[in-house]
Amino acid sequence: MSTLEILHLNKKFGAINVSNDICISIADNECHAVIGPNGAGKTTLIHQISGMLKPDSGAIKLSGQDITNMGVPQRVQAGLGRTFQITSVLPSFSVLENLAIAAQSKSGSSMRFFANAARESTLNSAASNALERVGLEDRADVIAAELSHGERRLLELGIALAGKPQFLLLDEPMAGLGRVESAALVSLLLELRRSMPMLLVEHDMNAIFKLADVVSVLVDGKIVVSGSPEAVRADPAARAAYLGEGSQ
Amino acid sequence: MSTTLLLILCLNGLQYGMLLFLISAGLTLVFGVMGFINLAHGVQYMVGAYLLFAFTGLTGNFMLSVLLSLLCALAFGLLLEFFVFRHLYTRSHLDQVLATFGIIIFLNELAKVVFGPTTLSIALPEFLAGSIQLTEQLKYPIYRLVTIGVGLLVAIGLFITVSYTRIGMLIRAGATTPEMVSALGVNIQRLFMIVFGVGAMLAGFAGVIAAPIYAVEPGMGDNMLIVAFVVIIIGGIGSVGGAFIAALLVGLIDTLGRSLATEILSFVFNPSFANQIGPALASMLIYVLMAAILIFRPRGLLPAKGVA
Amino acid sequence: MDRSLILGLLIFLTLLAMPFALPLIGQGYLTGLIIKAMLLAIAAISLDLLIGHGGLVSLGHAAFVALGAYAAAIALQSGIENILVLLLITLALTGFVALITGSLALRTTGVYFLMITLAFGQMAYFTLTSLAAYGGDDGLTLWSLATLFGSNVVQKGNGLYFIVLGTLLASWWFVNRMSQSRFGRVLRAARDNPERTEVMGYSVTRYRLVAYVIAAMIAGVSGLLVMQHAEFVSPALAAWQRSGDLIVVVVLGGLATRNGAILGAFFLVIVEELLGSFIHEWRLIYGPLLVFMVLFAKGGLSDLLTSKRRGNQVA
Repeated sequence: MSTLEILHLNKKFGAINVSNDICISIADNECHAVIGPNGAGKTTLIHQISGMLKPDSGAIKLSGQDITNMGVPQRVQAGLGRTFQITSVLPSFSVLENLAIAAQSKSGSSMRFFANAARESTLNSAASNALERVGLEDRADVIAAELSHGERRLLELGIALAGKPQFLLLDEPMAGLGRVESAALVSLLLELRRSMPMLLVEHDMNAIFKLADVVSVLVDGKIVVSGSPEAVRADPAARAAYLGEGSQ
Repeated sequence: MSTTLLLILCLNGLQYGMLLFLISAGLTLVFGVMGFINLAHGVQYMVGAYLLFAFTGLTGNFMLSVLLSLLCALAFGLLLEFFVFRHLYTRSHLDQVLATFGIIIFLNELAKVVFGPTTLSIALPEFLAGSIQLTEQLKYPIYRLVTIGVGLLVAIGLFITVSYTRIGMLIRAGATTPEMVSALGVNIQRLFMIVFGVGAMLAGFAGVIAAPIYAVEPGMGDNMLIVAFVVIIIGGIGSVGGAFIAALLVGLIDTLGRSLATEILSFVFNPSFANQIGPALASMLIYVLMAAILIFRPRGLLPAKGVA
Repeated sequence: MDRSLILGLLIFLTLLAMPFALPLIGQGYLTGLIIKAMLLAIAAISLDLLIGHGGLVSLGHAAFVALGAYAAAIALQSGIENILVLLLITLALTGFVALITGSLALRTTGVYFLMITLAFGQMAYFTLTSLAAYGGDDGLTLWSLATLFGSNVVQKGNGLYFIVLGTLLASWWFVNRMSQSRFGRVLRAARDNPERTEVMGYSVTRYRLVAYVIAAMIAGVSGLLVMQHAEFVSPALAAWQRSGDLIVVVVLGGLATRNGAILGAFFLVIVEELLGSFIHEWRLIYGPLLVFMVLFAKGGLSDLLTSKRRGNQVA
């Protein structure tokens, strides 16, 4: 069964087709990468999956549930986790608290006004769990604003994981990372991949070839080629449209 | 109700709208270009009115006093910019609210101390004091017509400046993408100062014009400030055209509402009830309008793009 | 125990001792002034919930104080005297009004929110001036006050003092508790980064609306007590300058700090009283004082105060 299903998604900005009949199906434990030149409509696609934009037509299903008409928070509650291209964390919260509040949204009502949230062991252990998974254990009490860029990228991923998603949407997770940091993140995602299906938008082709089971090439809002990384690499249309840009 | 009365009300509304436009134009630019919340914009209106009072007392010449008041309002705006506002552009909105609130408190009290807490009035010179026969039944005060005319002239002048001149282009660019303007190497400090000075002068001008018609008293700018906020929200922050349309809209609705609300309500309800809620409803109309606009067009009627 | 908590307890112990200590040194009349500051502090605590914890700068908060005062005054005029019943009426009315205005105002953010709350405040002001049966512009003098099951202990002197003190303590305790709760955490997260908070699965507007309603209800309670203390209500309670004063109190005291609103309120009342005893036109000094404090506290006065106390801030 597929976890995320995108069916005939269409979106127009004026006369421009930013999403043109996009169909993607991502099976359990599959990592699906979307690549394409700038302006191909990757960000618009991500916004439609996460709920920040409404498609003109088409449907999005998460684990069989139609989420097309849900708002952003409802989709997260339904099991969607995401990271942002531009790092987005809670700057004045500590690393641990960033993770704890992410876990809190999936652990009962947050309309509780009296009990001290920092003393809730379920939240704290969920946060520590996520902390370990992204390897930030020794930074738990640091205020997020004081982290390095690389650490913040990790925290970003940790926040998504702490919400116990069924599916991960990763928007250029390698953006702005150095070679070493990239490699570390790739191996982290390799571990995750076995337990969680994900859709990955990325420019780093090395990362994509290591991580993706299926690669789709998006050009002018349309998926021109879709297949295994090797097949896509060999495909003349994909080379012309995208690899020709010199991103390899 | 007679057509004549309706015509008078519309003219009054138009005249009030022009006054609102003079105040709002500066406020919307200052906020749009600099992202600066200036609560003290209303006291600049008050300053204009008191300046006119002081100068007419000194010189006895109305037109000369108007001119002197305008120059002083401009100078006063530039001084405030230099000593206070300049240091607040990069601060949080909360700091701006706090500091400009302090200026209001100070100037309102100063007006009270210097001119007394009572209402002052200014006599119009003879050539402006009379009325003019518009139709057979309708005589209308010349001064109010002049106000409408002057407002229109200023609107046209501002529109041309903002649309067709280099500084206007910078202002528009500043209202939409402030980073770009400074990236272009424009002397942003000077641009701000000009916008601020002109805004202060226009608010002062509105005060000058209003002084002979309305009551000159401490705190007279506070309510105008709030109505001006309503205008720039309805019009779209940073948009002079929007401010113009919204100012006329607010002026007309407020004036017509105040005169007609009770009458209209008494068609539906009994007269004593209508008398009771009519005036309150009329004072609220523009706020209801603003709330409605914010719900259906959160960025106003004619938004300048990209203003947060 | 952290230092801000100790400071808070010291403040309350001092306030508790005042009605007994002041008459001993012949300054008993000062309790009236302290009541005034405590009433201001209650309203400021509720506003800090919005500004400090929620990042929502409202310029119409005084309207809720006024609504609370009028709700109680009008109910009192129509024969309801029990202060607990009046409390319920006040809470219901301010909560209801906040629910309606809040769900509209929270469609906007930033400066738009500031202006729309200002507009709602003005609407409240004009509504109150139109209540001809209850004094209109001039306000309403109350010839009878609220009682506690027929007893007039809550009307004057120490009885009133301790009711106000108790309310202050309750609001202080409640808001501080709340700031550390699950709810407070979400509210602060939405202040920090609303987009991320939504993507964590929270409907930011819902939490903000709840905070807005709670803040309005606390402000309403302060209004009820303002009425009881002044024996008079008037539309001036809803004037936007009052909302400005509340912002001054909250910012001067320190945003989102445990005792900031109380300190700010006492600071303002004392400054007013001290300056006022020197010259009648104390606002000539107070106005520039505000400007100077903003200008010469680097990075903003609020930043200065909060960073100073950051160590004591809620975890």
